[in-house]
Amino acid sequence: MKKLLSMLLIAAMVLSMTACSSGTDAADDSSDAAAAEEGDTAEDAAEGSAEGGTFVIGGLGPLTGDAASYGISVMQGGQIAVDEINAAGGVQVGDATYMLELNFADDEASEDTVITAYNSLMDSGINALMGAVTSGACLAVIEQSSQDGILQITPSGSALGCTEYDNTFRLCFTDPLQGTTLADYAVDNLGASKIAVIYNNADEYSTGIMEAFVEEAEAKGAEIVANEAFVTGDVDFRTQLTSIKATDAELICVPAYYQDATYITQQAKDLEMDIPFIGSDGWDGVLGTVTDVTTVEGAVFLSPFLASDPAVADFVEAYEAAYNATPDQFAADGYDTVYVIKAAMEQAGSIESADLIAAMTEIQVDGVTGSVTFDATGEPNKAAKFVKIVNGEYTAME
Amino acid sequence: MKNVIEQLINGLSTGSIYALIALGYTMVYGIARMINFAHGDIIMVGAYALYVGVSLMNLPIAAAILLSIIVCAVLGITVEKVAYKPLRKAPPLAVLITAIGVSFLLQNLALLIFKATPIPFQSVIQVPSVSIGGITISGVTIVTLVMTLISMVILTLFINQTRAGSAMRAVSEDKGAAELMGINVNRTISQTFAIGSVLAAIAGILYICQYQSLRPTLGALPGIKAFVAAVLGGIGNVPGAMLGGIVLGLIESIAKAYISTELSDAIVFGVLVVVLLVRPSGLLGKLKNEKV
Repeated sequence: MKKLLSMLLIAAMVLSMTACSSGTDAADDSSDAAAAEEGDTAEDAAEGSAEGGTFVIGGLGPLTGDAASYGISVMQGGQIAVDEINAAGGVQVGDATYMLELNFADDEASEDTVITAYNSLMDSGINALMGAVTSGACLAVIEQSSQDGILQITPSGSALGCTEYDNTFRLCFTDPLQGTTLADYAVDNLGASKIAVIYNNADEYSTGIMEAFVEEAEAKGAEIVANEAFVTGDVDFRTQLTSIKATDAELICVPAYYQDATYITQQAKDLEMDIPFIGSDGWDGVLGTVTDVTTVEGAVFLSPFLASDPAVADFVEAYEAAYNATPDQFAADGYDTVYVIKAAMEQAGSIESADLIAAMTEIQVDGVTGSVTFDATGEPNKAAKFVKIVNGEYTAME
Repeated sequence: MKNVIEQLINGLSTGSIYALIALGYTMVYGIARMINFAHGDIIMVGAYALYVGVSLMNLPIAAAILLSIIVCAVLGITVEKVAYKPLRKAPPLAVLITAIGVSFLLQNLALLIFKATPIPFQSVIQVPSVSIGGITISGVTIVTLVMTLISMVILTLFINQTRAGSAMRAVSEDKGAAELMGINVNRTISQTFAIGSVLAAIAGILYICQYQSLRPTLGALPGIKAFVAAVLGGIGNVPGAMLGGIVLGLIESIAKAYISTELSDAIVFGVLVVVLLVRPSGLLGKLKNEKV
């Protein structure tokens, strides 16, 4: 009986292994086929007429789930840019003109779903990739995109590893740079000497910022009086907040996404704590999820974009007209990413992925998130901006 | 010291929600002898029903609470009639799997209707917080504790003092004999599910008043924790569920505060294992000899 069982198990294992390998083969075949097909159509288009054709920008980001607001914003911001560019006659590449098209897929901010979403985008034929919107999903997909050799620009994936490969670029700040910038601001501008931190230690974005923040704050002479962790999906932060309450913290740094920030600030108010908060750029959107805006009053967070800034009024107007909502930094990131891709196409004079990637370090784009250039490692060069919540509104800090 | 007391109060506030959910689990298990894994999702339905009543239909709060309770009671009876009743003579495993199926069905229906994006929801309980010697207890925590205590007392009285309660106890002892004595078994089990679901609705309402955010999976984790609480206290035992819930909340809070946030769940479940090794029937459960 035992022997029979072990034989059965072995048979099952062998079967599953062959099934696996044939599965990957099939996937490889199909992506090869798609790549070949795509190359053909692109060539056809280039040879066939001087009019060019359609340049498809694939998008990856969460359109559902906890982080949905980010993905939807990037998609809508990107769409505004695409519509503007097309209305102005498309992109001039050499002597051909290309119309842009945005094909955005939902990755649910999940490291599994993003692979499926990426594969279906590649199968449908895309020329450049804007995404992924969140760091975790972006890290999960870059290895495959580097093998496919496609230009990938993440509008908002801030984990250090997001630009690991030659084909990967980033429009926003990195996590460590955010942490350092936040610590400088907390110590130099807010004069905090005793700081508490609450971070998500199941999330690379949150952990990356926390580590750099703690290091820089301590280097500047501030004391980290409490360093409290939580994990993704937690809704109860009373324990961590109560521990912080027992210290003499003057400031709480929360490098996390807005949904976490919503729970944390609301529960801090329930516990009658009035310590000010400082947050990372994941806080953007927090006013849409709090039930009581006084819970986040006075909070400061890092954000490269503010809709009330007169310099970006045209973009804000177009966005409000199209979506009946005020654009946030993610919408601005999406918008700028499309313009970066446009600039790379014009600079390269070609729509081949290798030429586009080579052109990235030669362009400068004055976007709604500031003026940006890229270095060879894929990192952007641009200045930091802070936003403070005053009277329930986002307000730019000078 | 003040901090320890504050942490204990945090534990009490999560623990009382676990206790309220555990009451429903234990009630259904005690009478119908089945573990209703969909219980956590009925909490979610209760929470969404309150949201629909208050935010979408603009009902007065009392009416919205009533709506939420009625929706859950009807849902509980329907689930029992459709999914569990045809399996009454099937092995317990089949019923358990069906319950898990119902749980996924409810979650995905909510996902379909309300989408996955969390919905912010302003608490309907506006009770001021109480400060004693610098220690603050939020209003919602007090209301939750009081509601859990009241529910436990009413439930105990109902089961032990009323005719319907005696019928329930008879059904739980021996369905066949109860039927011979003229008890309508189907009606009694329906009543059990209705009461269990009403408890779930109350738990759902209190849960979103504490956390102020709705999502389709909100009932899943509290549901599992409450199940653990019910087992810890002795499943089938009403005061045991209450005790189990509170103990679980306290252990969780202390583990988070003084040992490690990441390990707190491991510690909670570790305690369960230890309790079950020492007292297999739970803290207040009675060991019953199975008659062969």
